[in-house]
Amino acid sequence: MSLKSFIVTRALLTIPTVFLLVTIVFLIVRVLPGDPALLHFGKQVNPTALAEVRHSLGLDVPIYVQYYNYIIGLFHGNLGIAFSNEEPVTPQVLSAFPATLELSIGSMIVAVLVGVVLGVRSSRRYGSLEDKIIRTFGAVVYSIPVFFLGLIFIGVFAVAFHILPSGGRYSLLIPIGGTFFGVHIQTGLYTIDSLLAGNLGEFVDAVRHLILPCTALGLYISAVFLRITRSNMLEALGQEYVTAARARGLKERTVLYSYGLRNGLLPVLTIMGLEFAGLLAGAILTETTFAWNGIGTYIVTAVTDRDYIAIQGAVVFFGILVAVVSLVVDILYAYLDPRIRY
Amino acid sequence: MKKESDSRIRPAINFFFTLPKFGTGGMMVVIGAAIVIILVAMTILSPFITPRSPIQLSVGPADAAPSLSFPMGTNRLGQDIFSRMIAGGSTMMEVASLAVAICFLIGVPLGLLAGYSRRLIDGPLSLLMDSLYAFPGLVLAIAIAAVLGRGVVNLAIAIAVVYIPTYFRVVRSQVLTMKELPFVEAVKVEGGGTLNILFRQIFPNVLASVAVIASINVADAVITEAGLTYLGLGVNAALPDWGFDIYYGYQSMLAGAWWTVLFPGLMVVLLAGGFTFIGEGLSEVLNPRLRR
Repeated sequence: MSLKSFIVTRALLTIPTVFLLVTIVFLIVRVLPGDPALLHFGKQVNPTALAEVRHSLGLDVPIYVQYYNYIIGLFHGNLGIAFSNEEPVTPQVLSAFPATLELSIGSMIVAVLVGVVLGVRSSRRYGSLEDKIIRTFGAVVYSIPVFFLGLIFIGVFAVAFHILPSGGRYSLLIPIGGTFFGVHIQTGLYTIDSLLAGNLGEFVDAVRHLILPCTALGLYISAVFLRITRSNMLEALGQEYVTAARARGLKERTVLYSYGLRNGLLPVLTIMGLEFAGLLAGAILTETTFAWNGIGTYIVTAVTDRDYIAIQGAVVFFGILVAVVSLVVDILYAYLDPRIRY
Repeated sequence: MKKESDSRIRPAINFFFTLPKFGTGGMMVVIGAAIVIILVAMTILSPFITPRSPIQLSVGPADAAPSLSFPMGTNRLGQDIFSRMIAGGSTMMEVASLAVAICFLIGVPLGLLAGYSRRLIDGPLSLLMDSLYAFPGLVLAIAIAAVLGRGVVNLAIAIAVVYIPTYFRVVRSQVLTMKELPFVEAVKVEGGGTLNILFRQIFPNVLASVAVIASINVADAVITEAGLTYLGLGVNAALPDWGFDIYYGYQSMLAGAWWTVLFPGLMVVLLAGGFTFIGEGLSEVLNPRLRR
């Protein structure tokens, strides 16, 4: 199969997945016991007002019509109208997204660095004390709820030692981006925006706010990378070409990195794609802990407000995002390792 | 019949005691099991062993630091944290074990069915499970928990939906390879029915890998339960609960009362860690390829 036809097949396979997902979310919100509108407003609201709100939100028509409207809306990028402020969900979710994206990218960097480095070290001395310590570290980190890890960091670095901020994304000004080749660019990623504006102070401020949440979330995810790197390295190091390389008298370093890691790293890429979902889930808890105004905070606020349309919108957004990311990762993987395509 | 079950339990017990011989993996299982057993026993016995009432307000000053009379300090409401730690595991344990039971009861049969039958059942089921699997689990659990409302069963359902695909996938892939093996062929030739083959021949053979998933899964369920409670979707704020205590201690901790968050957090880590140890150790013991 050529790369092109692989991409087309893989992309086509994403469609039913996304469609099912979107349907599941719709069913969860509408079909599970409980009337979303009634739950939101509580029992004291008078029936006429309730009916009015239902009508304005399109909840008074039969379920299949609602479903039809919902799907058609999705094709137009419309995630519905939120109960709480009667405003469209899409712009709200989109404006919260850069915060989550910045947190996720930073965490992914921490996770891959820590996981791969420790995984290689662990596999190099299989069964040694170092291997055991690293594996215990992996098991412990994975068992620590990410929000608890975040709280420990806040307790140590913000409350006790005042080295880093305890939460939020900035303490100076909101970075507003800058002009690049005559075009004004504002990404909502504060590190990039501050650099575009050429404001180093704001950049350092944004990075300082990123350190604690990214380390907390990154360490949590790193356990997965650690495990996968370790087992892949062990497998790669057990191959005959590695024995052959050793027999030829190559330096252990060369054997480890050029022969072992190069082949052991590919699956790490797949895991990056798979773990993206876990990263987003962790981001919700991390955002809550660090007062980070991303989609996680948006969902939690929606849950507190019992705003089911907002929950539905944010969840659908998350789902589509994950599907697209895993599509991209799969394509990348097929490009790097042609065996996948056959 | 009785004799047969005895002869099945005995090897299991013997297996447990020979575990340390299996190197690191075996030791991990023993340590993990010890932690879990101690925590469960502590929770069950909590009405008799807590030094103070875990729910009574103002048994001491608010946010008092750990001292001789309050070994883990008090929280914002002046409750004794030490007593709350002893009693606070019950909700989490109930929810996590119920969630895993639901996963097992739904995920395993569906996996068997999908793996054994072709196309007609397998295709749609796999597609559905893959969609669920690809989804950020916690997000889905939040949505379900928010819609269903509070309660042990509701929370367990919300968590189970996230993990059913894992069971499904593992069982299905095992069945796919196993159904081609000679012993299954032999039963087929003898005229054994599909149900017989699935549940009497194949099922016992996938149990080992299901056990590994289940124990790692309990750890995940514990952490997810703590997370949902932390986000305000917990079962009952009136009961002592580790997850809720972390959430509640947040404000106190920002003011310097670290003990309000540290101890409940450590309890969650201990419980989840115990199950992780069991799972990791089991997978090493049961997978000889990883053992050298």
